[in-house]
Amino acid sequence: MMISVRDLHKSFGSVEVLKGIDAEIKEQEVVCVIGPSGSGKSTFLRCLNLLEEVTSGDVLIEGTNLTDPKVNINEVRSRVGMVFQHFNLFPHRTVLENITLGPIKVKGLSKDEAKKVALPLLDKVGLSDKADVYPESLSGGQKQRVAIARSLAMEPRIMLFDEPTSALDPELVGDVLEVMKDLAKEGMTMVVVTHEMGFAREVGDRVLFMDEGIIMEEDVPSNLFGNPQNPRTQEFLSKVL
Amino acid sequence: MDFITQSHYYRVMPMLLEGLVWTLLITGIGLIFGFILGAIFGFARLSKSKIIYGIATVYVEVVRGTPILAQILFIYFGLSDLMGVNIDKITASIIAIAINAGAYIAEIVRGAVYSIDKGQEEAGRSIGLTRNQTMRYIIWPQAFRRMIPPLGNQFVISLKDTSLFSVIAVGELLYMGQQYYGSTFAAFEALTMVCIMYLVITVPTAVYLRRVERRLDV
Repeated sequence: MMISVRDLHKSFGSVEVLKGIDAEIKEQEVVCVIGPSGSGKSTFLRCLNLLEEVTSGDVLIEGTNLTDPKVNINEVRSRVGMVFQHFNLFPHRTVLENITLGPIKVKGLSKDEAKKVALPLLDKVGLSDKADVYPESLSGGQKQRVAIARSLAMEPRIMLFDEPTSALDPELVGDVLEVMKDLAKEGMTMVVVTHEMGFAREVGDRVLFMDEGIIMEEDVPSNLFGNPQNPRTQEFLSKVL
Repeated sequence: MDFITQSHYYRVMPMLLEGLVWTLLITGIGLIFGFILGAIFGFARLSKSKIIYGIATVYVEVVRGTPILAQILFIYFGLSDLMGVNIDKITASIIAIAINAGAYIAEIVRGAVYSIDKGQEEAGRSIGLTRNQTMRYIIWPQAFRRMIPPLGNQFVISLKDTSLFSVIAVGELLYMGQQYYGSTFAAFEALTMVCIMYLVITVPTAVYLRRVERRLDV
């Protein structure tokens, strides 16, 4: 298993956001997480690279238990890429410098070596001509593609996406989803929190429906979208589809 | 030309220029140490450790809650008395500026670091950077840019504060002016020139800072 989550609980103060999540994600699998806002789906994703401290339960990434206090979390994070809703590019660094920072500082590559990693990735996300500009001059869709390239530069085994298209103008969503589709085709293991039901249906191998801090229902997309069993799933899908 | 060279406005200048050199020296060296103190205590104010946070908070509140005039007297007379050694006036002045400005700079540093979007840290950590690397390569460079206008402002404040050191007879700008009218009785002329000398430094600084601020504002 690439990712195993066992009885994951997460509280913020007295508010319990995750109330016991169990999930297994296989290598090369693309799992989409859907659900209403406040259902805990982003928190769940952020627990997978310990951006949120886990209250109780286990999160195993390729067998490494993140809740073990002795775990080297920086090493694990370099294997798990994360793409954020608001891109979080580094505004004081050029596009190229955004991408090479991790390889240089975490992996110890030289500037030239890191550049050799970064340029093909920029090409892959269709932004070769933007290497030397600063993020502020990019559109939202371009920013998100740079953010994806930045994560890929660490050669991660898993990619986490936290509502990657929610902050984009509708006409820019397509380019980002295209890049994600290519990644899925190449066999990247992906967990995608999304409101793009079309993407989940087309690209997802499995869809998790979360509500009230638990996984209410999970299935292959055709079943979950075509024939949902749980009344909460039915209600949610009737509103968004 | 005699009426110019004979006037007090002209004759006070050599003394005032000497005073200005000391004013700038005390401000400059004091602020270098003040910035170091401010950075240390600013980060301490962001610490999760209650003890470190507590110590830094006490420092900031004590300094900001007492007049700088009391602070300089405390350092020059109080500490000399306590330790039984004489502290040099200039040294005492530099220490006073450093400690005083340090507390205000600590708040500038804290505020600037705090103002950087949390997502920046998360992005840094999620590519595997350590906490320190994230601070050094991502948060600090961005925070530092935001510190420039308030730091410049602090420079102007500290520069003016050095005039208080005239009470311990430090030969800074205001004191030199006082010395001049003490012997010539030309208080109006001397103090006019003293004020002009301060303005020669503070006004261009303020104008420059406004320009920087506008550029950072985009």
